[in-house]
Amino acid sequence: MSRLTDANIAIAYEIIGRYPRPKSALIPILHLAQEQDGYVAEDAMKHIAELVGVTPAEVFGTASFYEMFKFEPVGKYLLNICGTMSCALMGAEELMHHAEKRLGIKAGSTTPDGLITLEHAECQAACTEAPCLQVNYRYRFKMTPADLDTLIDDLAAGKLSDEIPSHGVLATVRQRIPAERGVGAVAPEKVNESPEWLDGKSAL
Amino acid sequence: MTSTYAHAPGFVAGDRPKIVTSRFEFSDSYTIERYLATNGYAGLRAALAQPAGSVHDEVKNATVLGRGGAGFPAGTKWGLTPQEVWPRYLVVNGDESEPGTYKDRLLMERDPHQLIEGCLIACYAAGLSRCFLYIRGEMALAQERVATALNEAYAAGYVGKNILGSKFSVDIVLHWGAGAYVVGEETALIESLEGNRGMPRLKPPFFPAANGLYGQPTIVNNVETLANLPWLLCNGSEAYTAIGTKTSPGTRMVAVSGHVKRPGVFEIINGVTTFRDLLYGEEFCGGIRNDNQLKAFVPGGGSAPWFTPDQLDLPFEASQVGPAGSMLGSGAIMVMDHTTDIPAAALTLTRFYAHESCGKCTPCREGGTWLERILTRVVEGTGTDADLDQLIEVGSSICPGDFPHASNADLGLSAVPFPYKMTTICFVGPSAYAPVHSALTLFRSEFEARVTTRKRIPVTAVANSTTGHAS
Repeated sequence: MSRLTDANIAIAYEIIGRYPRPKSALIPILHLAQEQDGYVAEDAMKHIAELVGVTPAEVFGTASFYEMFKFEPVGKYLLNICGTMSCALMGAEELMHHAEKRLGIKAGSTTPDGLITLEHAECQAACTEAPCLQVNYRYRFKMTPADLDTLIDDLAAGKLSDEIPSHGVLATVRQRIPAERGVGAVAPEKVNESPEWLDGKSAL
Repeated sequence: MTSTYAHAPGFVAGDRPKIVTSRFEFSDSYTIERYLATNGYAGLRAALAQPAGSVHDEVKNATVLGRGGAGFPAGTKWGLTPQEVWPRYLVVNGDESEPGTYKDRLLMERDPHQLIEGCLIACYAAGLSRCFLYIRGEMALAQERVATALNEAYAAGYVGKNILGSKFSVDIVLHWGAGAYVVGEETALIESLEGNRGMPRLKPPFFPAANGLYGQPTIVNNVETLANLPWLLCNGSEAYTAIGTKTSPGTRMVAVSGHVKRPGVFEIINGVTTFRDLLYGEEFCGGIRNDNQLKAFVPGGGSAPWFTPDQLDLPFEASQVGPAGSMLGSGAIMVMDHTTDIPAAALTLTRFYAHESCGKCTPCREGGTWLERILTRVVEGTGTDADLDQLIEVGSSICPGDFPHASNADLGLSAVPFPYKMTTICFVGPSAYAPVHSALTLFRSEFEARVTTRKRIPVTAVANSTTGHAS
């Protein structure tokens, strides 16, 4: 699809301004592109390359390393079922089989109506609440096959659209550093002195 | 008395000293109002009221061990930066993804201001002029809570220019990942933060403290490590070392999952609480599910070699767990009862590490995949006897020599994380082999029962039969 919108360009510059080197902003801006289009479009990567000052190949080189970036459209909801040890011990495999059967698709694919993409996921850091899953990175704990059915029904009925934004939207809150409060990023080669507060005296 | 909170799923509180989880009982623990009402930012004030050097000394005296996995004391780490090289950075490792582990996620979701205060104290003490807080990509709620907390803290004058009206100024920049386990390794974390593929850097010679982010001295600390600092500055190093043991002071967050009656995350006393307490104690997990027999447990995250009931009485103390052949790692225990299919359980972990290999080192990229493939056919019942030896051979080319080899007194270290030798840059490769090695060593008969007894047809016989020339 598309290059970044004007509103997103403004956010991108704000993010770039926080780092001593612009390339550091690459992953956050890739997330921004995914938030805009639901996936990371080729044009968006070219645009990001311009914004950050690297080649499009470098942008794709970085982006393709990370699993959360999708390069073609996925379902509105990405359903990640954890299958690492604690979840596996507590029945993750059964849950995955149930999901495949219920949705009529294999893990790694999307339902024909474009609603749900089903994926195997690795440890999601909720091991005591096994088996767990994430829908667009929002947790559901101690899932039984019946719970999964309810979840899928609710997603299809649009009951959870307030709680779970479409795929691509990660955090719904952005960090904002007020201009008058921020210290600002300085390229490392421009700093040669120790910070002011290291003068052997207390700061207050 | 234990209690659980609906607003903090997984966390179990008890009548024990609380250093990092003291606010978890409040459903609004993540707000600045609650934080300030519960002694919030008092540690920062205490720190700024003294010279940076004495804050550093206080942390050194308290021996705050790193909670990320290696257990290196934070105060010592801060002192490893080269003299007179500026600027120096703080990178906070919130990329928690070790199988079985979750504590950093709870700390970020439930008490983000405590983490922010910890970052500020570290920056002040070690002269770090910019802080990057790297949160795992999949943790949307943690990102939201930390972003909100940072916005509140900036507005209230706790972060940014002239903090609390002093000469101390530092920015904390929220950064978030995009799904890669290996980025939890500190040099890979730095690569990722520079906008690159998250592949670890070769070390030695350059550790991040000397040559890290943008080639500058960089301190990488775990979320839980930093979360300890506000309490420490409020209460002093003596109060801190009064909890736990001399070599492992303070408390530590531990997640116990798998086949126990009440899985949970607990803040336990470091060096004192034993695995038996954790698995069977009434204030902890209360025993194995259905009163089954314990078969084995992983003591320190998916990378750690496994323990059996013989090691239950070891305390949560690196200097004892290390020589016993494993590690405490990231404070994650996964429990398997007697019904567990051991080869299948080992496969879930090996698959994880094979999947998460970044591909930089051949032994890990190829070896991990080999281990996964061979183990898969053993689990599926089509493996042969030779496959079991092949597993060991492949594993030995990732980490040759004694395995695990946990203590190394020559270096003045009471415990060195396994393994002693490895052919890869980081621990992802050896981690793929750890579960296979443990499972094969402890439960070889289960693997043997799985393999097919059909003898392989010798290659020469096949060749002869197709050419029709009998020799």
